[in-house]
Formats: sequence, C-alpha cells, structure tokens
Amino acid sequence: MTESAPLEVRGLVKRYGSLTAVAGVDVTVRAGDVYGYLGPNGAGKTTSLRMMLGLIRPTAGTVRLFGRDPQETVRALEGVAGFVEAPTFYPYLTGRRNLELLASFDGHGASERIDHALDAVELSHRAGDRVGGYSHGMRQRLGIAAALLREPKLLLLDEPTTGLDPGGMRDMRVLIKRLAAQGITIVLSSHLLAEVEEVCNRVAIVQRGKIVYEGEIADLKRAAGMSYQLTTTDDERALAVCRAQPGLSDVRLEKGRLMFTADDEAVAELSQALVEAGALIKALAPQSATLEDLFFSLTEGADGAEPPVAEPAEAMEGAR
Amino acid sequence: MTPSVWTVYRWELTKLRYQKRTYLGLGAAALVPIIFVLAIHFRPDRRGGDFAFSDYLTRSGLAVPLVILLFGAVWMFPLITALVAGDIIASEDHNGTLKTVLTRSLERWQIFCGKALTAATYGIAAIIVSGTIAVLAGSIQSGFNSLQSLSGTIVSAPRALELVYASLLVYLIPILTIAAIGLLLSSITRNSAAAVVGTLMISLLFQLIGVLPGTGSIRPYLLSTQFNAWQGFLRTPTDWAPIIRAAWVCALYGIPALFAAYVVFLRRDVAGG
Repeated sequence: MTESAPLEVRGLVKRYGSLTAVAGVDVTVRAGDVYGYLGPNGAGKTTSLRMMLGLIRPTAGTVRLFGRDPQETVRALEGVAGFVEAPTFYPYLTGRRNLELLASFDGHGASERIDHALDAVELSHRAGDRVGGYSHGMRQRLGIAAALLREPKLLLLDEPTTGLDPGGMRDMRVLIKRLAAQGITIVLSSHLLAEVEEVCNRVAIVQRGKIVYEGEIADLKRAAGMSYQLTTTDDERALAVCRAQPGLSDVRLEKGRLMFTADDEAVAELSQALVEAGALIKALAPQSATLEDLFFSLTEGADGAEPPVAEPAEAMEGAR
Repeated sequence: MTPSVWTVYRWELTKLRYQKRTYLGLGAAALVPIIFVLAIHFRPDRRGGDFAFSDYLTRSGLAVPLVILLFGAVWMFPLITALVAGDIIASEDHNGTLKTVLTRSLERWQIFCGKALTAATYGIAAIIVSGTIAVLAGSIQSGFNSLQSLSGTIVSAPRALELVYASLLVYLIPILTIAAIGLLLSSITRNSAAAVVGTLMISLLFQLIGVLPGTGSIRPYLLSTQFNAWQGFLRTPTDWAPIIRAAWVCALYGIPALFAAYVVFLRRDVAGG
C-alpha cells in the first residue's frame, strides 16, 4: 500500500460572501519536501493554511493530511503541527507553562519532550518567564517549540520570519533547515522570495487565491530559460541579427546592452551569425533568473500584465 | 495520558488562577457581604428595612446571606458569572489562543465542554464564596441564632444554616442559565466585552420586563423570577412549586442557549488573533 502524501489539497475554495479568498487551489506536498507557499500579502496563503489545519471550513474542495480530512476529526492532525499567522500563547503564563498546557492537550508523552523542544529553539533560559514579556522572535521560537512537542512529520509554518530582525530571520532559517534535515516535511508560507529560495526545494506561487505555479524551483528556473546579456562592436546590427535568429526570445536593448533568452544551442548559432554580420562579441554573459524574477513574472502575468520571462501556463508545463 | 474534557477543565481552572478578572469577580462576591455586615454594624439605629429578613439582620447572622441573595439577583451575581462565561471563548478567539489549542489533539467538543464546566464552576464558586462569607461575617456580627421563616415560624440555627445552603443551591439554577447565555454570546460575538455586557443586559432586561405593568401572567416564566425561587425553602412547609418551576423554566432558557453555543463553537471558522 502506498503511503499517503503529507499534504494533498484539491480544488480548495474559500468564499466570504462575494469575496473569494481562495479560488481552487491544488497542492501536493511530498514527504521530505521543504515546500514554499509563496505569494504577496492578501494572496490567500493564510486562509489556505487555516483550511489545511482544519481551523476554517472550505467552501469547496478537500484537504488531506496523510490521507485524513482535518474537517472530520482532530486525529487528522496526528503528526502535523504548525501555526497560522503569529503563534499565540497565554501571556500571563510562563513559556514552560504554556508548553505544559499544550503538551497536556497533545497527550502521548508530549510533556516529556518539553525540555528538548525548549533546547531546540534555544529558549530554555527564558522558559520560566511570562510569555507577555517575550519578544516577537522569542514567541516565534516558542511556536516552533510548541510544534515540536507533537513530534511532527509535517510542519506548517505561516510566515515564521515575519517581524523578526535580520539576526532572528537568519536563526529561524537555520532552525527550519535543521528540522528539514531531520526528515520533517515543511510547508513554509512566505512572501519573502529570498527566504523561500534559500530553504525550499519546491514551491507553489499563489496569486489572488489561485496557484500560478507549483513544482520544483529548479524546474521553474529551467522553464523560464537562461537569459543573456550581450555587448558587441555594433549593437544595432546585433539587435537585428538577434531578432532574426531562431531560438531567441524576449530580445531587447536596454541601456546599451542586448538582452535575450535562449538555450545553449541557439547561443552557439548566434555567435556564428554575429561574426558573419560583422558585429563582434565584446561580452556575452549568462544571467540566471532569480526566484524573484520568476515570481514577478508569474504574478504580474496572473494580473493580466505581459510577463517578461514566461507565461504561467508555459512555466507550469515546463515544470511538469 | 490521553487528553480529555478533564484535561481542558483542569487547565481552564489553572488559567483562571492567573487572571485578574477571576479575582475581581470572586473578590466582589466576598467583599459585598463584608461591606453589608459592616454597614449593619455601623448603623446607629440598627433598624431593618422593608424587605424579607430585614428585621432579622441584627438578630441572626443567617439572615445576611439571604438578603445578599435577594439583592445580588439584580445584577451582581449575573455580572460575576458573565465575567467568565462571556469571556471564556471570546477572549481566546480574539487573542488567537483558540486556534493554538484547536490544532492540538483535542476535539472541539472536548474543548467546549471543558470551558462550559469552568464557566459553571466559577458561577458556583462565586455563590458559595459569597454565601459562606455572608454566614461567617453575619454570625460574627449578629450571632449564629435562629431565624424566622417567611411563614413566620422560628427555625433553629442549624436548620436555618441547612436552608441557607439549600437556597444557594436553588439560586445556582438561574445562575447556570446565565452562564449558558454568556457562553452563547461568547461564542457568537467573539468579543469579550460585548459578551459580558450582553449577558448582563439580558439579565437586566428580564428584570425590567418583570416590573412592567401588565406582565403578571408571564412573570412566573421570566428568568429573573427564578432568582427568587430559593424563597420556597424559607417557607413552612417547604414550597416546592417555585423551585420546580425554576428548574424547568431555566432549562427552557439554558439548554437551548448551551446547545446553540455548542453548535456554533463546533462549526465556526476560527481565524482570530
């Protein structure tokens, strides 16, 4: 029997009156993934995560956590932990007392893991202080500790670095990487592209409640194609050659530099064509697209603007 | 250990111990009888007023808890009860801790039952604390003496003490109904202040309807009337009719409120905090 995926979402929709917050999301998170759920603020990421954790009911569609429906029973959350928006605790209780409460609600020996969880997030020294006096970063770390009490196989984290200072963000990323290295599947919602690019292997890009891309980051970059920057002895002539050359796309002249997208073979043929046309190459440099480029390409494309790198449908096809 | 309703109940009580609001309500329940007794002590003429047991306030300390019940019904005990019942779900929703506990290993019904039990416990504690302090303070002031019942018969002090606690128990019936209404408003409004004030307003509204002219026929079925059902114990022989009516009238108000609160809590989207 094949083991169910940690998270499978199909046709997920959430409407609030006339407002559609999530408009048909399909997501599959495989075991071992560090999965970025990426989108601008208001794209529907948090609403999706709430439905994934069973906190709100979908208008339509299904969520399966290891094959179980969180709307049916809280047992679907076995092996699953995380937080939506900022992790929240009782401010009048100490950090340790909060974890004791949550461990009691978890059962199954969770209380015995409190010290280990506090050590893992480096909060042992402040565990006796009231949470009301914790900084935002400490609360975020306590949120991770609370999640670790459940010995999760799937961790859902909603913008875990939001509000942290640069040092806190770095520490959180290190922690997430460490947890991933321990074999925990992680879903990381974020609007920070660099963060997702740094820690995630797969990504879903959500815009206005819809997924505009789902797949490997590497595939997304590959699908977008390699872009190049070219300087020649005669840029006007080179521009004409580039536009006529098969296999090149998105050709443009920007600030005295020719930019285009092409595969390796097309670039080799272009070199020869340029020499034949008398436009000698002074510099030809590949420009690897960052996730940020791709993100804006996809989300602007979803808004109806012309995407500079690739159409969403093309990118998705390329990734699949 | 497998978590259960008892787990939630135990932690809800622990949380109450750390919150100022808890002591505000219980402190008021404890202080009012003391202030009342001090007022009796320092009254130069020491004459009673024009209400049940008023003449006995200076003759038996056991009259004090009964007079407190008489006056506490208007707003004090409903307010104290609403302080926790109206807040217990709404504040957690508002602060975001509800979503924290709902992603653990307890079903929603278990969390609701634990909270409902806690709200009821707090109401019960307020009445018992107030009644016991009234008995102690009243007895110190006016002595642990026999009491004249509402029928005019003299009841011995030990028997009167039993009747005082029986009266407190009957008084708990409408108080628990208030707690159920508080839970409903707490669940629906998601706003602690609105739920607490709303619960008190509902209680006061019943009182207001009860004093309006032309409402005599519905008065026995108003929630406010049930706050006086305990007086059936202070008659000789015991008048069970108001006590039994209080039980079913309060059930008619309380059970639908509790059930509605339960359904709302089970089905609601939790997005606060």
